[in-house]
Amino acid sequence: MSRERSDGVPGDAPVRRNGVQWPMLIGLTVVWVLLWGGLTVGNVLSGLVVAVVVTLVFPLPPIVFGGRLRARGLAVLIGWFVVELVVASVQVAALALRIGRPPLNAVIEVDLRSRSDLYLTLTAELLSLVPGSLVVEVRRSTSTLFLHVLGVRDESDVEAARRRALRQEERVVRALASDEELAAYLAEGVGR
Amino acid sequence: MTVVIWVCAGMLSLAAVLVLTRMTIGPTMLNRVVAMDVLIAIVVAGLGLEAALNRHATTLPILVVLSLVGFVGSVSVARFAAHDDKGEGS
Amino acid sequence: MTWLDVVSAACLLAGCALSLIAAVGLIRFPDLLSRMHAGTKPQVFGLLLILVGIGLRLRDWSDVGMLLAVAMFQLLTAPVAAHMVGRAAYRRGAVRRDTLLVDELTPVLEAEDRPGP
Repeated sequence: MSRERSDGVPGDAPVRRNGVQWPMLIGLTVVWVLLWGGLTVGNVLSGLVVAVVVTLVFPLPPIVFGGRLRARGLAVLIGWFVVELVVASVQVAALALRIGRPPLNAVIEVDLRSRSDLYLTLTAELLSLVPGSLVVEVRRSTSTLFLHVLGVRDESDVEAARRRALRQEERVVRALASDEELAAYLAEGVGR
Repeated sequence: MTVVIWVCAGMLSLAAVLVLTRMTIGPTMLNRVVAMDVLIAIVVAGLGLEAALNRHATTLPILVVLSLVGFVGSVSVARFAAHDDKGEGS
Repeated sequence: MTWLDVVSAACLLAGCALSLIAAVGLIRFPDLLSRMHAGTKPQVFGLLLILVGIGLRLRDWSDVGMLLAVAMFQLLTAPVAAHMVGRAAYRRGAVRRDTLLVDELTPVLEAEDRPGP
């Protein structure tokens, strides 16, 4: 593994950046303009002012993002997300309407292969958004997710759910990681 | 369009009754929180339906507010429930 | 009645049907975590469908922007709320073990609790 994390060491807490967090500023301004519902000079300027005040009053630890956006990976990520959303919604709906015994469930442990808060968060978010899997616990130090999976019949379903989670992570990494991160990620995957 | 809207409204009303039933019988606070989340989603759907029928946008800000209030509500109850757990030691 | 209206009506119908199915699941599923699965459906997919339906009816850019904001807030907040509730539920023991085929979390939590206070 290329990078070790030192969580819980007091002196090593994430340093709050003193400079301006441009992505955050732009994001907040976009939300402000969307809420006011019109792209005018006044809206953009007042949004910028509010964004500056918010980022100064409530500073966040910077997200470590060393990668770059890959258009193809992002398209694959979003496309698969929509497909999974539709398929999983139909599956859960079928389970809810099925007559007879309610389905069995499982709580499974998924060891993610990357070691990055950003990819961990994104993978967990996407997995939670898809019906049928729910993140119950997260271990940040080892990048482990504990998923609650609805409607398993046997061991093979459990393994399928685990593989689905890992594929979700792979798509996230392929969409966002830098070349070195991607290489390290793929190299670690082979060893397992 | 009107027929569609009425069918939708019927489904939403039935859904709201079922959700309210779950909210009443519980049995725990967390069950009620989940039911409340679904109820908020149903209210958002209902308001949106009305906006789509009459082609106006006056209720859209309410949708924004509801989508955020529901989040704050369930997170605070979840925290409260977890805290409560520690205090009673079970 | 243009074809946009037809698509919009289909989206609205599907979204409302998902809400209804979610409510049925909420009543029928035996334990809290399964009910949460049912609950995430109208919040994510159903709501997205309904928002698309409204957007196709209104066809005004500033309104579509506001709908986009609603969708974005939902996508950002729903998993966080679900995780908080699910975690609290699991830690409180609100999970019915007889509905679980595999449980890989309880041993981990017990191993962590033993050396602790």
